[in-house]
Amino acid sequence: MKIKVNGKDQEVKKTSISVYELLSENKVQRIDMVSVQLNEKFIRKEDFQTVLVKENDEVDFLFFMGGGKYSNSDE
Amino acid sequence: MDFSEEQIERYSRHIILADVGPEGQEAIMNGKVLIIGVGGLGSPAAFYLAAAGVGTIGLIDGDIVDLTNLQRQIIHTTPDLNKAKVISAKEKIEKLNPDVNTIVYQKLITSENIIEIIKDYDFVIDGTDNFPTKFLINDACVFIQKPFSHGGILRFDGQTMTYTPGNACYRCVFNGPPPKDAVPSCSQAGILGSIAGILGTIQATEALKYLIGIGDLLTNRMLIFDALNMNFNTVKFKRNMDCPVCGDKPTIKELIDEEQAACDLN
Repeated sequence: MKIKVNGKDQEVKKTSISVYELLSENKVQRIDMVSVQLNEKFIRKEDFQTVLVKENDEVDFLFFMGGGKYSNSDE
Repeated sequence: MDFSEEQIERYSRHIILADVGPEGQEAIMNGKVLIIGVGGLGSPAAFYLAAAGVGTIGLIDGDIVDLTNLQRQIIHTTPDLNKAKVISAKEKIEKLNPDVNTIVYQKLITSENIIEIIKDYDFVIDGTDNFPTKFLINDACVFIQKPFSHGGILRFDGQTMTYTPGNACYRCVFNGPPPKDAVPSCSQAGILGSIAGILGTIQATEALKYLIGIGDLLTNRMLIFDALNMNFNTVKFKRNMDCPVCGDKPTIKELIDEEQAACDLN
């Protein structure tokens, strides 16, 4: 299926995927450093495993950014 | 307001702008902007606001100028090493534009003093480097309905949003500061100096737009840029009804000093 992640088209091999799985597909390792919006609605972190992303959905990842002293992932 | 001959000349490039004009320049000169953190973001913001003729610029920072600051904190210079950042910045602002009244607060902003300080200003710029203070600024501004610009930078990336009363706040997007163990270490993720310039300049632009009353502010959206690919992306959002400070059932009803990440204490 096709979805949009941060405004860019992304192809996912399944017909639906949890927010949690989508984060790991996008190599986001620290889920406590990201806020996720699905079709312009924020998803609570406790719902990342259960909320499913489907065809044509738009997902936004927003990461913490401080003032140059903090890091947002373990990359 | 009657402009002096010198002011007409100094601000002529503003005054000839159809959307600014003498009225817009007067609004800028009557404006009061507080810059919290006179570092990477606060330096360019202070310079442009001073050059624009903002009537009162407040500067709050408890730090002194350190050699590692000079790679990006452009309002401070080598002879300013070990000087209080607010004093160093005040000196530059006064040289650039004697029209500006600069008020300095050489201290950390806390839940105890923030309301007292921000209440006298029209617009607040968050130029801080740590999350507890970013959330404190957000909460205080939501409580007393004060517009502010959030800015964050990291490596080659930056993000910024503007809060005005009734619109989404920083906590609508990020519930609360990241947990301490999620902050890998303060062994400096690093920042390309000019990234701070891009961001701080956008924040100053938002303040000027707000004072003049023109254009669309960065409300209900986050501008995110990645300078390595030079991509600018905007993520739209709405006020979050679950927001702990501005949602339907707020759980935060008084200001708190969120716990500082341990590595930031030294």
